[in-house]
Amino acid sequence: MEERKIVVPGETIIQGEEFLPGDGTRREDKDVVANRYGLAEVSDKLVRVIPLSGVYTPRRGNVIIGKIVNMNYRGWVVDFGTHNNGFLNVAEYPRFINKGELKEYLTFGDVICAKVFSADDTSVDLSVKLRGFGRLNGGQLITINPNKVPRVIGKEGSMVHLIKAATGCEITVGQNGIIWVKSSKVEDELNAKKIINFISENSFVSGLTEKVEEYIKKDLKLEIKDIPKPEPFVEPEFREERNFRDDRGFRGGFRGDRQ
Amino acid sequence: MAKKIESAYKKRVDGRAFDELRPIKAKVGVIPSADGSAMYQSGKTRAIAVVRGPRTLHPKHMENPQRGVLRVTYQMMAFSVWDRIKPGTSRRSQEIGKVSEWALGEIVDLDAFPNSVVDVIIQIPQADAGTRVAGINAAVMALAQAGVPMKEMISAIAVGKMDKTLVVDVNKEEEDFEEGEGPTDVPIAITSKSNEIALLQLDGKMSIPELKELIKMAKVACKKINDIQTKALKEPGKEITG
Repeated sequence: MEERKIVVPGETIIQGEEFLPGDGTRREDKDVVANRYGLAEVSDKLVRVIPLSGVYTPRRGNVIIGKIVNMNYRGWVVDFGTHNNGFLNVAEYPRFINKGELKEYLTFGDVICAKVFSADDTSVDLSVKLRGFGRLNGGQLITINPNKVPRVIGKEGSMVHLIKAATGCEITVGQNGIIWVKSSKVEDELNAKKIINFISENSFVSGLTEKVEEYIKKDLKLEIKDIPKPEPFVEPEFREERNFRDDRGFRGGFRGDRQ
Repeated sequence: MAKKIESAYKKRVDGRAFDELRPIKAKVGVIPSADGSAMYQSGKTRAIAVVRGPRTLHPKHMENPQRGVLRVTYQMMAFSVWDRIKPGTSRRSQEIGKVSEWALGEIVDLDAFPNSVVDVIIQIPQADAGTRVAGINAAVMALAQAGVPMKEMISAIAVGKMDKTLVVDVNKEEEDFEEGEGPTDVPIAITSKSNEIALLQLDGKMSIPELKELIKMAKVACKKINDIQTKALKEPGKEITG
């Protein structure tokens, strides 16, 4: 990997026909030109621009936190801060739901943690079928800049682990910049909030983990407990194409209708 | 070389050379809550631009299912000029918002955001002529910072003609110059890479060779402005002077 530099739209990143234009770039004759503002990265022969700022763009596999803003007969509409809302189909709920009983499982104003299983320009489809997803009960929501989420998570979740060790909170970080913290004591939640805000304000500092540890010990006067690191979570693969015929019974009715 | 033209405008009121720009200040990231924001100052004219979005578009009837909508609002603050200006939308502010929207629409690419809007809000806290070009210069930096896909950048400058003299970066005192043929103000916006005209307005009289000369002068000036915009974007949060 070569050095990264900030590029502006229309700037030539690199010259040469052997380079491939990736995300946020285009080809113009022999040049690879930036299509947006960000950090230009040339790895091997692929050129791309990593966004530094701006709104969150959902990608397949992302974990997001959002609020249910609308419902219809086949699922829930979830607002998670992008230009188009996400949709959670009833079939993506971990158990079978009878017609007209959607409201009993998730309803307006509920905050959920969900996974993006497909995203394009016009629609975002969500799923809560896996373990750990679904409605979030109690706790607090913290909103940060989505571009700073990687720093809050840290390398292999090290930063989240640190916050958990210091405050004893349950924490879920959404890629869209919404973070959910929960503890039996409100003070713990407030401390976690302070730490998260500290990280997002100092996201550009190098050696951030040490700085955060110092902040926790000196400013907040908390001790970092030794809690076991969670097992590395192996993601179950999403089904690439969903065959809705399999989910349906005779004449397209839902399988559960015949019970 | 053509023979020297007699003009009533011999020396600029602020002592600048005829092709000299006013001192420029530019800063990116002036408003933390916005997705993108920038300040651009040229002499006493100052513009602040804020970008929000892509986000859900209201009113819904403006939605375009094929591509996103760019919406620019331009407003002068009540205290921006010597006499108090009435705040709110006026015929003039609507027009300037619209022409800025067309100019910026040339470079932004909103195909990836159907049914949504990118809002650009331009505010003028201090006006000393050339507010629309200052607004465009600030808006393009704010759009870039917001991560909106763009083909290239835009730089804008108001060139003009005082009696028969061609000048770059007109200020308010020059705009009020009354002798001879009087003042003519030509705001021009030039794209950074393809070097094309994205905006050109003209009120007044002008011959074709004069206009051609003015466009040439504007292109040179826009190169300088573009350098400052690029510098400001590469060092967000730092005020760049030039």
